[in-house]
Amino acid sequence: MAAEGHSPLAQFEIQTLIPIQWGDTNVSFTNSALFMTLTTVFVALFLILGMRRRSLVPNRWQSMVEISYEFIAKLLRDTVGNEGKKFFPLIFSLFMFVLFGNLLGMVPYSFTFTSHIIVTFAMAITVFIGVTILGLVKHGMHFFSFFVPPGVSIILWPLMIPIEIISYLSRPISLSVRLFANLTAGHTMLKVFAGFVISMGIVGGVLPFLFVIALTGLELLIAFLQAYVFTILTCFYINDAMHLH
Amino acid sequence: MQKAQILGKNRRAEKAPHTTNRSGLSLAMRLGVELVSALVIGVGIGLLLDHWLETKPWFMLLFFLIGSAAGIMNVYRVATGIGYGIGYKAEDKTKTSNDPAD
Repeated sequence: MAAEGHSPLAQFEIQTLIPIQWGDTNVSFTNSALFMTLTTVFVALFLILGMRRRSLVPNRWQSMVEISYEFIAKLLRDTVGNEGKKFFPLIFSLFMFVLFGNLLGMVPYSFTFTSHIIVTFAMAITVFIGVTILGLVKHGMHFFSFFVPPGVSIILWPLMIPIEIISYLSRPISLSVRLFANLTAGHTMLKVFAGFVISMGIVGGVLPFLFVIALTGLELLIAFLQAYVFTILTCFYINDAMHLH
Repeated sequence: MQKAQILGKNRRAEKAPHTTNRSGLSLAMRLGVELVSALVIGVGIGLLLDHWLETKPWFMLLFFLIGSAAGIMNVYRVATGIGYGIGYKAEDKTKTSNDPAD
């Protein structure tokens, strides 16, 4: 990746690895697709190999798997309640995919697919459409009462209903932009400060180097935090669709 | 039915501390984006309507205001923890009446 020049944004460039043309659509296998595949493989390996022994007293790896399972199970139970159980596979895959994608992006020379808005937006719009369908199936036309805030006088309805609808429509945007912006900003910042280390030489480069170390720690925190936020918001949205106000 | 009510209460009781003290950092990160995204959607709808009805600036201006109101409302809700959804969370009364249906 360093071969393309020293722009801090060069790390986000999509490169075609295997060109595939399907009709008029370009469906080439890119570095983004490669890292998504790798993420899926790593998640699967982490879970399958970790649970290989199935011992009653878990070793370290197995307890990592169990902790991640219990973390999401508890999150879902706390936010949606017991009837949220059937969404566990979705929420767990979403969390593991985003988390491993973020963490894999922290490996030097790798590609962070969560720093592309189209990837995060695709996930967010899937959640959004799914949640809307869930609400419609569960409550029928009664679902639209969601847009009418209770306790507001009928005179204000023409004002409140558009506000509520825009507020609802802004969900996929805020969900996707949050993840994308945090990851992009963080990785750009890392590259910029890493560039200072080289340009300021051995003596002056010590300070930015220390800063890069601190930033790496911060980025690891953000990788976890953003995966968590993405997951918990999905849980909140499911909860809203299950129990209207 | 009784059980459902208790479950419903427990869920609310658990939810309250969870949203307030779990991670202030994740809360802080949400606020800015919430404000902007509603504005973007509002202006987007306005521009589309203008394009469709050929009423150049008017719908954009109207929906800009509605969008900012929605954005501020989003931020207010997240910050006060009234609810993460649109629409105020009603009191326990409607909550329990909803629960047996679940």
